[in-house]
Amino acid sequence: MSLDTATVRRVASLARLRVEEADLPRLEAELNGILGWIEQLQAVDTQGVEPMAGGGAEALRMREDRVTDGGIQEKVLANAPDRADAFFAVPKVVE
Amino acid sequence: MTHPTELTIAGARAALDRREISAVELTRAHLDAIAALNPRLNAYITPTPELAERQAAEADAALARGEGRALTGIPLAIKDLFCTAGTRTTAASRILGNFVPPYESTVTANLLRDGAVFLGKANLDEFAMGSSNTSSAFGAAENPWKRQGEEDTFLVPGGSSGGSAAAVAARLALGATATDTGGSIRQPAAFCGIAGIKPTYGRCSRFGIVAYASSLDQAGPVARTVEDCAILLGSMAGFDPRDSTSADVAVPDFAAAVARGVKGLRIGIPREYRMEGLSPEIDALWQQGMAWLKAEGATLVDISLPHTKYALPTYYIVAPAEASSNLARYDGVRFGLRENGEDLKDLYERTRAAGFGDEVKRRILIGTYVLSAGYYDAYYVKAQQVRALIKRDFDRAWGEVDAILTPATPSAAFGRDEKQDDPVAMYLNDVFTVTANLAGIPGMSVPAGLDAKGLPLGLQILGKPFDEETVFAVGGAIERAAGFNALPTLRAAA
Repeated sequence: MSLDTATVRRVASLARLRVEEADLPRLEAELNGILGWIEQLQAVDTQGVEPMAGGGAEALRMREDRVTDGGIQEKVLANAPDRADAFFAVPKVVE
Repeated sequence: MTHPTELTIAGARAALDRREISAVELTRAHLDAIAALNPRLNAYITPTPELAERQAAEADAALARGEGRALTGIPLAIKDLFCTAGTRTTAASRILGNFVPPYESTVTANLLRDGAVFLGKANLDEFAMGSSNTSSAFGAAENPWKRQGEEDTFLVPGGSSGGSAAAVAARLALGATATDTGGSIRQPAAFCGIAGIKPTYGRCSRFGIVAYASSLDQAGPVARTVEDCAILLGSMAGFDPRDSTSADVAVPDFAAAVARGVKGLRIGIPREYRMEGLSPEIDALWQQGMAWLKAEGATLVDISLPHTKYALPTYYIVAPAEASSNLARYDGVRFGLRENGEDLKDLYERTRAAGFGDEVKRRILIGTYVLSAGYYDAYYVKAQQVRALIKRDFDRAWGEVDAILTPATPSAAFGRDEKQDDPVAMYLNDVFTVTANLAGIPGMSVPAGLDAKGLPLGLQILGKPFDEETVFAVGGAIERAAGFNALPTLRAAA
């Protein structure tokens, strides 16, 4: 499988990465280089193998469903690039 | 007395406890060394001298009260991937260039609990993605080691924990925190002639560590001796309910295991690690390591890990997939850089284009692609299946052996301008280390010799899950046999 320019443009949009038209050919070549190298995995027989999702052997723990923190509004907002009172501010989304 | 920056952590502990040196003196010696050498090495992105002075004074007061703990007064570098409350944490990215965490990572909180002094935030590859520390938005860190006769060549310290390793090798810290997703502790440790251990997945909490690939990321220490790594890991490790993958297992006395010896241990030598094109120097070092362990009473066992050659391509699906998801949070809204746009989507896209470097963008794009509709099964599920086979290879090996010995890296440190044109050539640096991340097992790099140009080379010890003690025992035996005492060209008090 190899990527064409349209696919690179689509993937960049999915990833919310602005890519200049002039950079598309370089990216396309780099990504195809990496994907071509990854292609060797198709040679491995994985029939019936359960996919390994996590890094640890243990099953994820459940925790008690209760509030463990809160009341830290100023800490949450401290790094906001833009804020209005107690809110994160963004460009107008709804006309 | 030994110059303070030449002490080991164990030696500094003893000197502090005997009042032969104060914590303030020890810290100032390191701050002076940082002031002198960091402008050249760029091992620290953000030195924190005022914080360090304050913590050192508190350490002296604690020692005077008889309340010293394992690391009271020990000056450390902290990889700038660990959130430190009130101290800028950048992940070496423009997108977090002004981020000041309001909270402390669990690993650094554990070190502070035990009295450590933080000298500053160490350089790394952007978001820990790299093997050379050249992708840092704050400039490359330099390896303090030089090729003989090529003193002007800028060598990389490895990555991603290149700043941590360079700082410890150049005597700008007694030890450092690091993280390892595909080799980011062990490869820079090998390149800089120091020791480093990636513990078992789940051993150290990931809470407060800027995430790269969550099923592979694991924190660990780098230091100049195996014992110092054991001391640091003992403090960093432990169960944390705030990390759902943190393992609720007891933390043993790692330092006690270092002198245990290898008599009676079965050491696996995996034939698949003798790869085509393996450098004769690396092979000779590996043979030497085998001979050392045999002479100490270990038994060598030929083993097979048949899926080894698929580990790197598996990693380059799993890690970018997780990264593309983890890095979705950098959107210019709640923290970090913002580039304004015409609408919200344009704001996201401009922010991320301006905030991320080339390698991070490549991995986000690969990850987005392998997770996208129509490709998910062919790439992502396939990689997860091969990962299961790689883990199964190790599970089977543990029936025959107690630990595994391999080279740490396929070469010594390389020049800044080498391997930069082809991403895949750079990825091959992690060929010996990445299997441990995929299988979730501990791996340690120990300096074991020099190449023909006088650069350090490391050997790697792999162990069973949650059996870091045997890894430390084998590491200690190699350290004693190697008697590695070469010094980097650039270092404090040199």
